[in-house]
Amino acid sequence: MIGEEAFRVLLVNLTDGKSEPVLFGDPSEMLGGSGLAADLFAVHGIVDAPADHPDQPLIFATGPLTAYFPLMSKVVLGFKSPYNGQYAESHAGGRLALALRFAGYDALVITGAARTPSCLIVGSRTIEIRDVHYLWGLDVLSTGKHLRRFCGREAGHRSILRIGPAGERGVAFASINVDTYRHFGRLGGGAVMGAKRLKGILVLGDGSSSLPKGNAYRDLYKRVYEKVTQTPAMKKYHDLGTAENMLVLNELRAVPWRNLQTTHDENVHRISGQRFAEELLLRKTACAACPVGCIHVGLLREKFAEQNEFLYRQVSYDHEPIFAAGSMLGVTSAGGVLALLDEMERQGVDAMSAGVALAWATEAFESGVVRDKETLVPLSFGGVETYREAVRHLGLRTNDFYRFLGQGTLTAATHYGGRDFACVLGQEMAGYATGEVFFASQAYGFRHSHLDSAGYSYDQKADSRKSEDAAAFLMEEERRRVQLTCMVSCLFARNVYSEDLLQECLASVGCPRLAESIVARSSEVQAKRWQLKFRTGYNPVDISIPKRFGEISTWKGEIDTVFMHEVASRYQHAVRKLVDARQSARSS
Amino acid sequence: MLGILEAVMKILRATRMERCIGCYSCSLACARLLHQSLSWHRSGIRIRSAGGLSTGFEAQVCLGCDPAPCAHACPTEAFRQRKGGGVRVKRSVCIRCGECSRACPVNAIYMDAETGLPVVCIHCGRCTAFCPHECLEMIESAAGEDDDR
Repeated sequence: MIGEEAFRVLLVNLTDGKSEPVLFGDPSEMLGGSGLAADLFAVHGIVDAPADHPDQPLIFATGPLTAYFPLMSKVVLGFKSPYNGQYAESHAGGRLALALRFAGYDALVITGAARTPSCLIVGSRTIEIRDVHYLWGLDVLSTGKHLRRFCGREAGHRSILRIGPAGERGVAFASINVDTYRHFGRLGGGAVMGAKRLKGILVLGDGSSSLPKGNAYRDLYKRVYEKVTQTPAMKKYHDLGTAENMLVLNELRAVPWRNLQTTHDENVHRISGQRFAEELLLRKTACAACPVGCIHVGLLREKFAEQNEFLYRQVSYDHEPIFAAGSMLGVTSAGGVLALLDEMERQGVDAMSAGVALAWATEAFESGVVRDKETLVPLSFGGVETYREAVRHLGLRTNDFYRFLGQGTLTAATHYGGRDFACVLGQEMAGYATGEVFFASQAYGFRHSHLDSAGYSYDQKADSRKSEDAAAFLMEEERRRVQLTCMVSCLFARNVYSEDLLQECLASVGCPRLAESIVARSSEVQAKRWQLKFRTGYNPVDISIPKRFGEISTWKGEIDTVFMHEVASRYQHAVRKLVDARQSARSS
Repeated sequence: MLGILEAVMKILRATRMERCIGCYSCSLACARLLHQSLSWHRSGIRIRSAGGLSTGFEAQVCLGCDPAPCAHACPTEAFRQRKGGGVRVKRSVCIRCGECSRACPVNAIYMDAETGLPVVCIHCGRCTAFCPHECLEMIESAAGEDDDR
């Protein structure tokens, strides 16, 4: 889109190999990002067919501010999730946002399935579906090496997405790797690519566009750039990164340890952000258009044979991966955490989901619910090498047990037993045991993510114990975040991009109508997404909060399950109200 | 002439690329401030990873040659030697032949596929304010000290 003209969307059909660039929609209504993805899904998605149906769309959407301002650096992936069968979003950075913008598209919609494993290559004057049958079965890292050789001339100005064996084999939490260090991680986007036999996507950002005349945009960019690089709030992501959370949360007795058997451990120092920084941090890197650079890259050093044979790898880490491959599995060696993350990366499984799944499997094994025949390796908390083996089994779906587990922890627990200690809140839990509001918000949130509505922050900061206050907070926080994911901003910039600043930015790039309507529209997008989730089969009655969550205690004391269920109930009620209001507004 | 000092000429150097995080803010700045464009390659400085992201980043940027092979190769006066190194660009007489780009030993001149025009760093230093890690600096050019040029 230039100014407020319609979105430029590329439709690619892998079945017949034909593509079509189209003009779509009204930016002043949809905004972009989450809003654009939802409206594209409403048109191209099949509400009642399974997620792996070949005609289901994979939708990558940018927004009106993409590439124009710092931290407008992410892409929204809209799709039907193989994990829960519902409309879902996943967000990723890397270089994809700028590559899409400079390829000349606001969104990319991929439908159909290729006949043979393929790589889609899209640029400003390129659309190619290239056979890569010889890459099928390769791990994520090897795949990346091969794909980089395609279109070498554009190195540095392109984005490379790829899946691993997990996506190929339909693991419900298979991820999509974006430019080595970032991911469309949660809810199984990798399995949708696998079902389409799409091993990789290469986006060449080989075009440019003009800017509005005058100084307004340039001056505003400078102001925002200075704010972003000097604000204390951003320094956190830049310094230790999100990994700093580990010590803070452990002090609060709010870290999930060993399948949430406890919320505090003295060994936390071995996997704290400080420990990683002191011993293993090699460098930081950034998503394109982000001068903060929060991607922390650690050194994995491994002796692979006697006589001091060493190899090294660079593995990125953040709070959630450290929780999932560290505290949740009782792994208290930073090097061990990186080794596990490396294996998860190779297989192409979402680190968070895999860690929580294996934590359940460990407790199930230790308590006799499942045995060697199922787990194939003797799982035990802290056992890095057995976990590495287990991650491989998860990715390759070696036997029935790992096949079930790859459909989701609750699916496995329903089959084998142990539902009470399956740490699933809509999907495998995120790295916060902060309390009732977070548990309710993840369980009943739009994409079952800690990033939906900051419930973990409410637990820590709010004074009120009134469930209606909590529900109201979650709804407004979600709207605020939807506003950002329509632009598409990285959520780390949420305290920089206030409503006012977003309006200024939109006006400066020739989008005055968007600027005016941003609050009302973001609320509409919020309702629209929920509506799609309900239409694709979501029923809150299907979600429950497992017993384990009620058995822990935090710095506030024991979990108040009555309060937790009240918050959950009010939250569901508020969501229902939002969707019903939209329904009646549309029909009147 | 006696008593008149030659201005000290500076050139841009990417001296600390080990620190680069690959944010592209420098490229975006040049495109925005000099070329009125939203772009990461219509820019005097272009960033690429050196063989996959785990090996860091490199900058493709004019090294400020004196004599400049691109100026020598230019059949018109579109590229003229700049005192201190690099070139002065006169777009109006550029015929888009591409000889400058072919002559550059470090691949610093980008032939813009959409405009057909060569894009090269003119050592103005505007990008340096947009590097969060001070990877870029303006250094005094040794060549500029020679009064006879």
